[in-house]
Amino acid sequence: MVCPTRSASLNLLSRSAVVHAIGNTPLLRLHRLEHDLALPDSIELWLKAEWGNPGGSVKDRPALAIVRRALEEEKLGFGQTLLDATSGNTGIAYAMLGAALDFPVELVLPGSASEERRQILAAYGAHVTYSDPYDGSNGAIRLARQIAADSPEKYFYADQYGNKSNPESHYLSTGPEVWAQTGGQITHFVAGLGTTGTLMGTGRYLKERNPAVQLVAIQPSESFHGIEGLKHLPTAIIPAIYDDRIPDVQIGVETEQAYDTARKLARLEGIFVGTSTGASVEAAIRIARQAREEKRAAVVVAVAPDSGGKYLSTGLWSDS
Amino acid sequence: MSVGSSVAVLIPTPLRKYTAGESRVSAEGSTIAEVIDSLNAQFPGIKDRICEPDGEIRRFVNIFVNGENARQLDGAATGLNAGDEVGIIPAMAGGN
Repeated sequence: MVCPTRSASLNLLSRSAVVHAIGNTPLLRLHRLEHDLALPDSIELWLKAEWGNPGGSVKDRPALAIVRRALEEEKLGFGQTLLDATSGNTGIAYAMLGAALDFPVELVLPGSASEERRQILAAYGAHVTYSDPYDGSNGAIRLARQIAADSPEKYFYADQYGNKSNPESHYLSTGPEVWAQTGGQITHFVAGLGTTGTLMGTGRYLKERNPAVQLVAIQPSESFHGIEGLKHLPTAIIPAIYDDRIPDVQIGVETEQAYDTARKLARLEGIFVGTSTGASVEAAIRIARQAREEKRAAVVVAVAPDSGGKYLSTGLWSDS
Repeated sequence: MSVGSSVAVLIPTPLRKYTAGESRVSAEGSTIAEVIDSLNAQFPGIKDRICEPDGEIRRFVNIFVNGENARQLDGAATGLNAGDEVGIIPAMAGGN
């Protein structure tokens, strides 16, 4: 019997095909890249294929956890609108869940958001407010906070940068998957820092299993960059969920390097990924080379947040 | 030496450390390339962020002239008129 106070959205969640399709993504071995780098057999490169999620990115995981917790706490599902600042992937995940679970979604995107993202969000039925394109994601965050503060009863402010359900989703799903998929052999986990949830949550799980696992964080090497999804933390609003003691290694990647590596993955491995994956794999390559120099074995897992399809209108795929 | 046009340039947040926090500055030039050089003369180092060593605009940088993307025009060679508004935006939304 359905409890009378349980929202329709929460009922839909338990039966939702979209919800059940989130997570359990493949881990792909990068054999050709290993060969191209002349790595010994003892050094392995793996890619966690998060584009396999139904919304197309790793953000389906934290979005689901945030939404589920909000529905359970009745902050959503009783007429409230979910509100958050996002450059795209989290917004897409929220919009997808809003459509599947029947709650309204309002997103704040920087005005520079690509055409692909605008169209995808419109397809799911989300309402979008654009913030100053010259103020990037910091501007979107500030505007979302202001909107939420002006009408607190109207909104559930999801706050992906501060919501503990974000890293928790990775602790509960991404971490266990990666551990099981590598048979517990993982030595390095490589992830970009955006909200930082992936590294915080997955990292905590992996360290609990094996404290020797190295957590490798990637940031753009400069504040003016084109690696969508990642933050240059020294100049950004630091996410509340970030704990700078967690990463063991910090690597800065130039935008051009990220672009070149993404393009290389398409041509060499037949894997079509976004810019942040290019950055992630570039960092994994550096880790692998260092391990080779030090004659150490390594099982390096890099996160691929999304595929290359949302970047067709940027400089990533066009010939320079 | 030709006398360039005076244009307004909109500066994105990550580059405002070069312009002492100013989001809107003036520059001189009859093409985007000249305007970038003019910016660099006023705010040394800013060109290295926008352009590659050979002077080409970096792949992830979009430059808008009165709202039109210069990549759809003539790139760095795009001609400018006095009073034009030039915007510099990294080709990304920049966050999550």
